[in-house]
Amino acid sequence: MNILVCISHVPDTTTKIKFSENNTRLDTAGIQWVINPWDELSLTRALELKEKSGSGVQKVSIAHVGPASTEPTIRKALAIGADDAYRVDTEARDAYQVAANLAEVVKSGSFDMILCGIESSDYNGSSVGGMLAEFLDYVSVSGISHLDVENGEVHTTRELDGGCEKLIVPAPFVGIVQKGIAKEPRIAAMRGIMMARKKPIQLVDAADKEPLTVIKEFEPPKPRPACKFVDPENPEELIELLQNEAKVI
Amino acid sequence: MSVLVYTENWDGEFKKLSFELISFAVKLAEEMQTEVVALSVGKTKDEELKKLSQYGVKRILKVENEEVDQFDPQIYAKVLSEVAAREQASLVVMADNNTGKALAPRLSVRMKAALASGVSSMPDSLSPFVIKTRAFSGNAFAVTELPTEVKIVTIAQNSFDLVEKPSEAVIEDAGVDISGMKPKTVVKEVEKQTDQLLLTDAEIVVSGGRGMRSAENWAPIEELASLMNGATACSRPVSDEGWRPHEEHTGQTGKVISPNVYFAIGISGATQHLAGVSGSKYIIAINNDKEAPIFDAAQYGIVGDAAKILPKLVDALKKAKSA
Repeated sequence: MNILVCISHVPDTTTKIKFSENNTRLDTAGIQWVINPWDELSLTRALELKEKSGSGVQKVSIAHVGPASTEPTIRKALAIGADDAYRVDTEARDAYQVAANLAEVVKSGSFDMILCGIESSDYNGSSVGGMLAEFLDYVSVSGISHLDVENGEVHTTRELDGGCEKLIVPAPFVGIVQKGIAKEPRIAAMRGIMMARKKPIQLVDAADKEPLTVIKEFEPPKPRPACKFVDPENPEELIELLQNEAKVI
Repeated sequence: MSVLVYTENWDGEFKKLSFELISFAVKLAEEMQTEVVALSVGKTKDEELKKLSQYGVKRILKVENEEVDQFDPQIYAKVLSEVAAREQASLVVMADNNTGKALAPRLSVRMKAALASGVSSMPDSLSPFVIKTRAFSGNAFAVTELPTEVKIVTIAQNSFDLVEKPSEAVIEDAGVDISGMKPKTVVKEVEKQTDQLLLTDAEIVVSGGRGMRSAENWAPIEELASLMNGATACSRPVSDEGWRPHEEHTGQTGKVISPNVYFAIGISGATQHLAGVSGSKYIIAINNDKEAPIFDAAQYGIVGDAAKILPKLVDALKKAKSA
């Protein structure tokens, strides 16, 4: 069984987000780029499965859509332990175009399980995994919080609104992964970083697909009014404010 | 032309979320000068379906074929695209919850329809169709144009008010052709949280952080939540420590919620935490560090020891309730 983990390249969460060119572009100056947190968890779980005896997982590859400047993020994923990587050499423009390009990677190889994080921390659309599955006409399981392979059979738990379901999923499929899938993201060790330099990154030609959406500009969230402080000796005042000023309780 | 709303039922019953979807769609359809059609998938009694008409929808289509007994995104996306095409929907509305996240992207590719997810405000303009979506985990909005003929919008829970507009609704069978379609996944076990207010549904959420110091100190948080018919939540370190279950973790990698009131107690307000709660209408912070970033996001705050303040707050709330 071969696993393909799709990786998005996003600003580190603690980075201050700023925009340039009249708020139409992300200002990339000073941004620390990281692997999208959910993708990092997917990769961690994929590697755990590969190491698990009897799982039948032979190879963990990664796929990414982005120009050459995003390669450090791919190298990071290889350093964590992925065997090889595919990069579609084009700018990521929206979820639809990214999914269409990832579909080309899937078609070019032989993958049984394709993992995507439930969302990316930049555009938060929660869309790429489901779109990829539809492009491929594959089964998709969304909101996976547990994933295991036993004797070649894939077991997942998917979170629903108000419960969860344990499923057996036939390969090939697209798994859309959320928190819980792995405890902590795995960190690259020195040996992994050295080895990553020699691991292959295969370039894939971009699919002939245009994005469906156009971002006109970015807007900062509405500023919140300054905090009104209540005397800690007198919390009754807070209840009074919530009842009569905010009128929310 | 029409606006198609995918309403979700839980064992045949609708929750407030579905009424929010209808309210949003009815308001939008008025501006677009078109009609709303509601779609309900799965077995539901007609009297339950009629509850949707309280919010202004006049046409309700239902799909009760046995092929939809199990939630299978492939089959559901086919049902939706068939109905959307037949109803000449120019806009499909659904919730930005687990179901919407599983379905909307599939539908987008199937119909080549542009998708805006996690929307919390009305469109900026209808022609061209421009709407704000959540970006950079709550640090910005992306003002996004959906230029395709059919558009899909998923809306954040608790972001739109219910607007009552009682009307007479016609209920019809959608008559979709899905016979022979079988889910390819096998469900082995289902666990349901029943009789419990879901964190994502709650209008009031009381959340504790590391400042609560240990799992034993949670009683006043639970009491405060139950006095206000709210739900309890926690920050990531708390669920990592195992003080509270993982389902309660709110924040970037946990649940993203937008209640009316969010009490952050003993939570410093790291970026990752705020990413999950910045959509809350009111944030109330209790923390012993007056420099904690949570106070920048909060409208009301108390600087002090949560352990001392909470019991007093519970008493004050009880008194106010009995007054």
